[in-house]
Amino acid sequence: MLKVQGIDVYYGGIHALRDLTFEIPAGKIVTLIGSNGAGKSTTLKAISNLVKCKGQILFEEENLLALPSEKIVGKGVIHVPEGRRIFTALTVEENLDMGSYLRKDKDGVAKDKEFVFKLFPRLKERAKQLGGTLSGGEQQMLAIGRALMSKPRLLMLDEPSMGLAPIVVQEIFSAIADLNKTTGLTVLLVEQNANIALQLADYAYVLETGSITIEGEAKALLTDDRVRKAYLGEA
Amino acid sequence: MTNLMTVLRNLIFYSVILFVAIQVLARFFDFASKKLIKVGGGKKKLLIAGVGVFALVLPLLLAGEPYILRTSVMVLLYIVLALSLNIVLGQAGQLSLGHSAFYALGAYTMAILTVSFGVNFWIALVAGGVVAGIFGFVLGIPTLRLKGDYLAIVTVGFGEILRLILINWGTFTRGPAGIPGIPSPSFFGMAVKGNTGYYYIILVMVIVTIIISKRLEDSRLGRGLAAVKDDEIAAESMGVNPANMKILAFVLGAVIAGFAGGFFASFVHYVNPDNFTYMESVTILTMVVLGGLGSIPGVIVGAVILAILPEALRDISTYRYAIYGILLAMMMIIRPQGMISLDSLKRRSAADENPRSIWNFKSFRRSNGR
Ligand SMILES: Nc1ncnc2c1ncn2[C@@H]1O[C@H](COP(=O)(O)OP(=O)(O)OP(=O)(O)O)[C@@H](O)[C@H]1O
Ligand SMILES: [Mg+2]
Repeated sequence: MLKVQGIDVYYGGIHALRDLTFEIPAGKIVTLIGSNGAGKSTTLKAISNLVKCKGQILFEEENLLALPSEKIVGKGVIHVPEGRRIFTALTVEENLDMGSYLRKDKDGVAKDKEFVFKLFPRLKERAKQLGGTLSGGEQQMLAIGRALMSKPRLLMLDEPSMGLAPIVVQEIFSAIADLNKTTGLTVLLVEQNANIALQLADYAYVLETGSITIEGEAKALLTDDRVRKAYLGEA
Repeated sequence: MTNLMTVLRNLIFYSVILFVAIQVLARFFDFASKKLIKVGGGKKKLLIAGVGVFALVLPLLLAGEPYILRTSVMVLLYIVLALSLNIVLGQAGQLSLGHSAFYALGAYTMAILTVSFGVNFWIALVAGGVVAGIFGFVLGIPTLRLKGDYLAIVTVGFGEILRLILINWGTFTRGPAGIPGIPSPSFFGMAVKGNTGYYYIILVMVIVTIIISKRLEDSRLGRGLAAVKDDEIAAESMGVNPANMKILAFVLGAVIAGFAGGFFASFVHYVNPDNFTYMESVTILTMVVLGGLGSIPGVIVGAVILAILPEALRDISTYRYAIYGILLAMMMIIRPQGMISLDSLKRRSAADENPRSIWNFKSFRRSNGR
């Protein structure tokens, strides 16, 4: 579904992505793991065209680099940025409505809102509450719910587990697994928490200083010595 | 020395009065907006109709009071100006401290076109809006890269540069002496004479501005503006184009201010650069902040209060800007959301369940919540 082919990103003198190549098949959950500063967020920004980037990124054979970011959103490539970034001064419901900003199909939007409320009942209880007053876990649910309102075909999540208690992380990850199973939604999951990401994903890439060093079936990487040493905190 | 003491004593005295006034007004508006929000559709229409009828017959009631009628025109003019700044500041969240520049552009366009070129009032009025809009676009461009304090500095600079141009480009603007003799409009061949005609013209401008603001707020564009104001990066990931949104807000705000400027020039028949100082921008800003950033009824209330205040306080006019400064600072500390806040209008639960009690000094601690 998505093919990233030899992309390079520079921030001034910093070469953040180096000839990065990877692929996401339709209907799968693919995870990109790596340590701080490896270039994970930059990869997602490159796909959403939020940073200048050389190379080629094909979404269903169409080059995304030629499109402005709002067109990319229109194609269904939806980015949940690092740190959730919900609208703090808008209510939960208004946040969800922002997710459907580009959509014109009112019925579909209403249906999707119901769907999100079913997926995260806590959001329904808090529909009129201001986004900024939600707990961290609820904010992450809202960020994902808001992205679902954009009719995603490829959902890109940047560290959804960041700063959350393990039990909340479980809740959110099982919602992602559900989504993938029931709707066939393709997911690109960026995580530092390699353990939980590898358990959820079908396929995994390890990113180190801007390029892929290891890749394979997620379950296989869980037992890979190099991955266990560097990312799973085992001796 | 005694002089300084008097000034200090007066400032302290006014501060206390302002503090009490803010508290009383805040209580009043909290109470009123709670009542009004419960008013249903039919009654609401009746209420709006009532206000409309009052506005329509006001000049008849004030037939023997030209001074009050004149003040009413200025109040309405400031409502237009404050609402135009509110689009930029309240709806799009862009701190602009040079708003009087657009007002000046409209006014000078009116003055130069009518006096030097004999152009008709209505054409000059539209031209003023267009000229201001073009400059709004030009000023909108740096906003794409600048935020907060930096943007504020650029907009201050823009306003001051424009004022210096008005002062120094003598052949065109007649410099500090200004341009006198700006004619009154005529309406289908009838000359608009006296304040009553101007009153109705500005009343129409107020209504149109309110409709534009309201439409904008309820539209998709308005949601885009609110998103950009809240979090640009998130807005972009929803498919909003922040650059377009910000430029749109600047242009729209500028066009409306330009119209207001054109009206002003004709109304007072005379413009000079002193009408459009930085302090004028601050006055408009204070109206928006006092009323409530982004809240249309709030901004109207803010404009009414601050446009009447100097008239009521003629005796202490030397303290006018000091009072605005104290007022701005106090509002930020005691009631940053303004008299009629956006949240209270939208019945958002955070505001409902957690009302800021104004007698309770906890509100000081919570004050930077929003
Ligand atoms: N705007 C920027 N300007 C300069 N350098 C940047 C910028 N954004 C990222 N970088 C650098 O690019 C590299 C990759 O950053 P990136 O944010 O993609 O890392 P990451 O893998 O997401 O890390 P983390 O897990 O900490 O979020 C880092 O060295 C970072 O310092
Ligand atoms: Mg990151």
